Amino acid sequence: MLCSNTEDIPGQQIVEFYGVVTGSTVRAKHIGRDIAAGLKNFVGGELKGYTELLQEAREEALHRMMEQARSVGANAVINVRFGTSSVAQGAAELFAYGTAVKVE
Amino acid sequence: MDQLIILGFPLFLLLLTYFIGRHLESNHYKSIREREAATKDMVAINFPRFPFDVEIERAGMVMGSVVVSHDHFKRFLAQLRIIVGGRIKSYEPLLDRARREAVLRMKEQALARGHNTVVNIRLETSRLANSRRGGKGTAGVEMLAYGTALTVREGL
Repeated sequence: MLCSNTEDIPGQQIVEFYGVVTGSTVRAKHIGRDIAAGLKNFVGGELKGYTELLQEAREEALHRMMEQARSVGANAVINVRFGTSSVAQGAAELFAYGTAVKVE
Repeated sequence: MDQLIILGFPLFLLLLTYFIGRHLESNHYKSIREREAATKDMVAINFPRFPFDVEIERAGMVMGSVVVSHDHFKRFLAQLRIIVGGRIKSYEPLLDRARREAVLRMKEQALARGHNTVVNIRLETSRLANSRRGGKGTAGVEMLAYGTALTVREGL
């Protein structure tokens, strides 16, 4: 499954459009990471626990989007965009969307 | 003596976080500069396509992200600054570091996958709310960089 955030897959020809596909996941940070991050907050710098959390969540959203694209018979997703919205305190939704296409 | 402790502790904490924070920041900048120098041959543009006619072998999406927070001392300075307004100098390096780090991670991912160019780079910033103080405080800032990595045939 190919992905790109441009309007095509560079170097390949689009032969069919399948419409928008989306993928999302809602994640909350757990207390262990919260405490570690709270301590790190004092001295500043990277909060690794949160970086990993968001990376995992984004991968999951992308994965679900690609699954959806696969189920409609596409072999690539173009013009991928990301979005974030906070649903509740300490929880956030991460979503990815794009256009499923067939390329050759 | 008790009063000294009550007054002294926050001051001690401020000084401590000032020194640790400064140390961590200069270390981070050092590593950023080194890695930027190492990846300077990789072209990364925010154009949707490669500006010249080239043969593209392979394309794929890459991204890099980082969550950073600032230290207690800088937060204290910023709180003072917010009273009078103006430029908050202490926050600037934080966002600069995060943005450069995110772009670096994206480039490194592209390199690891054998690409040599990244086009259509987008940068996104989002704030992580602190769940303990009713979502008021900031736990950190997330910086995300993503783009489409290309393998452009060499010799052009």
